[in-house]
This record gives sequence, structure tokens and C-alpha cells, in this order.
Amino acid sequence: MQPTSFLFRENVSKALLDTDLQTALYRVDKNFTSRRTAAVTALPEFDALRDDAVRIKDHTLAHLDLYLEKFEEKVVANGGHVHWAATPDDAKRIILDLCQSAGARTVTKGKSMIAEEIALNPYLEAHGITPVETDLGEYIIQLADEPPSHIIGPAIHKTKEQVSDLFVEHHRQYGKTQRLTEGVDLVAEAREILRPRYLAADVGITGANFLIAETGTSVIVTNEGNGDLTQQLPRTHIVIASLEKIVPTLEDASTLLRVLARSATGQQMSVYTTFSTGPRRADDPDGPHNYHVVLLDNGRSKLLGTEFQDILRCIRCGACFNHCPVYGSIGGHAYGWVYSGPMGAVLTPTMIGIDEAHHLPSATPFCGRCEAVCPMRIPLPKMMRHWREQAFDKKLGGSRHRLTLRTWAWLAQRPALYQRLSRIAVRYLAWRGRPLGRMHDLPFAQGWTAARDLPAPQGRTFSEQWAARQRRARP
Amino acid sequence: MGGTAAKGAAVSVRDAILADIRGALGPRHDAEARDTVAARLKAHKRNVIPARSAVDHAHRTQMFIEQITATHTTVTTVVDGAAVPAAVAAFLKQHNLPAAAVLAPDIADLGWESHPLLQTRTGVPLESDQVSVTGAFAAIAETGTLMLTSGAGSPITLNLLPDNHVVVLRRSQITGTLEDAWDALRAAQKPAASAMPRTAMFVSGPSSTADIELTMYLGAHGPRRLHIVLVED
Repeated sequence: MQPTSFLFRENVSKALLDTDLQTALYRVDKNFTSRRTAAVTALPEFDALRDDAVRIKDHTLAHLDLYLEKFEEKVVANGGHVHWAATPDDAKRIILDLCQSAGARTVTKGKSMIAEEIALNPYLEAHGITPVETDLGEYIIQLADEPPSHIIGPAIHKTKEQVSDLFVEHHRQYGKTQRLTEGVDLVAEAREILRPRYLAADVGITGANFLIAETGTSVIVTNEGNGDLTQQLPRTHIVIASLEKIVPTLEDASTLLRVLARSATGQQMSVYTTFSTGPRRADDPDGPHNYHVVLLDNGRSKLLGTEFQDILRCIRCGACFNHCPVYGSIGGHAYGWVYSGPMGAVLTPTMIGIDEAHHLPSATPFCGRCEAVCPMRIPLPKMMRHWREQAFDKKLGGSRHRLTLRTWAWLAQRPALYQRLSRIAVRYLAWRGRPLGRMHDLPFAQGWTAARDLPAPQGRTFSEQWAARQRRARP
Repeated sequence: MGGTAAKGAAVSVRDAILADIRGALGPRHDAEARDTVAARLKAHKRNVIPARSAVDHAHRTQMFIEQITATHTTVTTVVDGAAVPAAVAAFLKQHNLPAAAVLAPDIADLGWESHPLLQTRTGVPLESDQVSVTGAFAAIAETGTLMLTSGAGSPITLNLLPDNHVVVLRRSQITGTLEDAWDALRAAQKPAASAMPRTAMFVSGPSSTADIELTMYLGAHGPRRLHIVLVED
């Protein structure tokens, strides 16, 4: 997709005024966070599992080349094929080749962020192949022609009414003319429309939550079972996955599964966790005849050994989205690219460049909730800080913004002057705020005071109070 | 697919990616790293295992039932395999379903012919089939999860296409954890063959979605109902 991350400020203004979006974001906060808390509290070993999960991924990344080789060896031994793609274009060409040699006209798809990352659907369409999204959320945004707004709930920004409108518009061609208003009916209609598509598809494309080196297995996690129908019914199953999805053993995948669903939806396990290894065996009565794994790099290998390596531990649970006050206020689309939320603010600049995406790592109050809930203990705030430094060094951002930062840095390095100035400022603000103890209007802070009062400082500066306290404490 | 030229290009992309990774990882003792990786892949070492699954078998069964019934799944217990067809017939009647089911070959020998009113067929499901009955490879008490594997006797689409899925599970198949299930799978596969079947599905309830306003609805694409007939053995 064409990034709009450089329009972040405009995107934010739009998002804040979108009442449907604000209702949806309230739902995210209310549902996901409390469910995660309940699930995590119910498992005393959760933090120990997180530590193991971090160790597994760090070990794997330190031996990434070797585990990828083992994985490839096992896929081939089980009758499958591995294709390596350095860039999104490589990956798209490989997938198109595979679809064309399968004589495919319709392709069903399970939810895959990597397919979004490489913009697979428009490419297939341009070559005469119809991609059909089967995850209900992905299906809804495919009808709406929008990118996902959340990694695990692509259509969480849509209201039921908007879904009804989309179904009326797009299902008319199947003879569905009645506007449905109940969620249960909408789900049933999507099921009815999609069932024949599964059966007619020549190729099924899924992502992978994990790849397992020990066995050459790809793993997907869903609640709907759509990824299962997608891969079991067509003759060819193509897995599109980025190369950091690899883990060594079935045991390691099991540990990551224990933290994944709990962090994502608060479930102990998602409804379907499916391990796929090669094509159907000689005496299997069903399942795909061909199994292909497309391994995408897209700049990830270059992150190894850098200050951004830890983002490669990410298992895409979405916990950082659900707990982020910024995401919770603006939703996913404002970020302007495929990935949003805190992990997106770190990952997106690696893919579309910091020039394009420098607003994203700046959009954080550094409250640290994302890192606190991350099952993989990824230091997201620290990495956003690294991006900010790079953006500053590259002279990105407005001149006023840069001047403010430079002045602040200059001042912060001169404590005596800083303290003297802040003493003056505190006294000035206290005087200005009389007699109510708050201000209706303040120069340089109209952004704040236009909508609410600014409380005036009520005493001395922190340093003054601290010094006084120390004096009092001395015997 | 492609010609030799395309294949040649694919190989070089592979080598370029691997070279990029090695370059980024920096210098290391290669033989040592390879030994570390080989040893880890062979050891099947377990990581932290939640303590709650470490209970005796009776409690494990109870834990499994409690966990899976919490996710909209129903369970009935029968004394032996011969009682399964009657339990399936009762389930169909309870939900006003036609007395017909498609069976997995694995559980086709439970005396279905003694229930002439129950129409059964063995094999892969058709679009029109409303009910499937399958076995299971194992079940996991820790999370209330069924482990269903593909094979000649267990067509994988039986677990997905019909609206109602009945699983015949023997009590002895209930293990504590995923790791126990992997050990059982490794032991069951013939040494010469792959350690894995084409598909190993872990199922924790009927198909569901929360993609519309985060409200949960059952029966998104897979079965709307999941029912377990638990056989004492």
C-alpha cells in the first residue's frame, strides 16, 4: 500500500473526530485489556514463560541462518518446497508463478500480515487472479478496500452498521438483497458466501505464526477455522512467512503458544492451532497435493546485530496495540501503513524509511505500557528513542520542533541555569494563575488552554522542595 | 514452474539472504554453532511447564472436561466403545439433526450397523454432510484442547466442513500438556517416516469469530457445534 505515514498529523486529526472509530477504540480497550489481565493472572508461570520465550527467540536469531537451512531441509524431506524472497517484489513474483502454474483463477487467503506487507492482493488482481480473504475481519476490509487497522482484529474499526452496508452492496450479486442488522446473521451470510469460494479455490494462501526447524512445519492460529479450510481444500497450499518466524522445536513453539493467545485475546489457546508439514501423504484421503513456503526477508536480516534486533522477537499478538494510549486514541489507519501501534512505530521505519515514517516513533508519551505487556519483553520505548535520534540527526521534523529540542538539550546540560530559570517560571506561573490557581490562557500553550484550564504551580520547584526537605531531615 | 534461469535466480537469492544474515550476526565459530543447533533440535528439551497439569489421571480428565466445556463444547461420557453410536444418535436427536453422519475410518468399527436408524457413511465429507464423527490423537488437559491428526483413517476435512463435529475420545488419550502430546506423536510415528503427519490440529472449541464489534459468534467457518463422546477405558 502507498504509505501515508508522513501525513500522520492530518490522519490523527481525522481519527480524533471520527465518532465511530472512537466507539470502536473504546471497545478494544474495554475487551482486550481486561481479558488479557484475567488470562495472565490465572497462570502463575506467565512471567517465567515470557523469560523462556525471549530466550528461545534470542537463541534462534543468533543462529538464524542455521535454523533456516534446517527448516528448508525438513520441508523438502517432507515433499514441500521453500522459496526465498529478498524483497516484496520477489515474493509476489514467486507466488504469482506458483498460482499460474497451478492454473489458478481463484485463490483463498487466510489472514496474513506479510501478504499485507507485500501488497499481494492488488498484484494478483492485476494478473487476473481473484484473491478471496476468508478471515471475517479481512473479508470485511477487502470489501471496503481498506488496510487492516489492528493486527489481530483487522476490521475492529468498523461498526455493525457499516458491515451491514458493505454486505448489502457486495452480496447483491449473490442474490442477497435483505439488509441484515444482527451480528449472528452477518456471520452466517459471510459463511454462506465464502463456503463455495473455499471449494472452488485452486490455491490457498496462509501466513504462519511460527515455522519449526525441527520438523519443517508451519503453524497458524485462528478462531474461525478459515485458515484451515483455506489450506486443506485447494490442491496447493502456499505459506507466506517472514524469516524471523522460525523457532527450533515443537517444544519451543508450545512455549510461545502459551503466551501468544493469552496476550492477544485472553484465550488460553485459540480455537484452532494448526501444524502443517508438507503436502498430503500417499495414503491421506484429503489435504493439499502441493506445499510451498515463501520466506520473505524484506530488510529483516539487516536488523540483526543492530539496536532494532529485538523487534524480530515480535510474535504479533497485538497486546502493545491494546494497551497503548496513542493507538487507543487514533486507531491503526492514522499510522499510515500496514503495521500500526507501538510495534508498528518501530517496524514501519525499517521498511518504508525513517524519512517517511519519522512521526510514528515520536507519537508516544513513553508510558512504557507496551513493553510492560509485551510477552516477548521487546523494549519498544527504547527503540522508538533510537528512531527519534536518527530522525533528529537526519534533520527530519519541523524547524520549530527541532529548535525546541535543541534549546531543551542546551538548557538541560546546564543545571544551575536550568534551576534558576525554572524558579522564575514557577513564580511567574503561580502569579499569573491567581486567584483561581489555574489559567484560561497562556502564550505558547494555546493548544492546551483552548480546550481546558492549565493548573498553575502551587509551590516551589521540585529541586527547591527537595533541598528544603533534606535540610529539615538533617539532625 | 519457471525454467532453469528462474531456479538459478532463486538459489542466488537464498544464498544472498543467508550471507546477509551471517554478515549481520558477525564472526562466530561455525562448527560450534552447528553443533549447538543440532544438539538443540535433537534434545526436545522442555521449557517451563505450568504446574497445574501435573496431576493424576483422574484429575487430568476432570481438568480437561472443565476446560473444554468452558469454551462452548459439550461432553458426554460412555462406558465403552459399543455405547458410542447411541450417544451420537442422542446428540443428533437433541439438536433436531437428521439421523445421519459421515464417519472417520478410525472409528468406523464401533458397531454403527447395530443402529439401523442412524445412517452412516465412511470417508471424506461432502458439502451436504451436516455431522461428522471422528477420533482424536490425544487431548490436552492443561488447556482443554483436542489434538486431531491427519492420516488414512482420519480425513482432516471431517474436522472442518460439517456444521456439527463429534469427537470420540478415549479417556486414556488425555495427556497433561502439549509437550506430552508431542512425545506421544513422536513415539507413534514409524521411525523411517517424518515425525509429523501432514496436519496436526489443536482444537479448543467450536469455530468462532469476534470480528464484528468484538462480539463473539459461533460457527464462523468451521463447525458450529463441537461435541465429545468420552469413552471410559
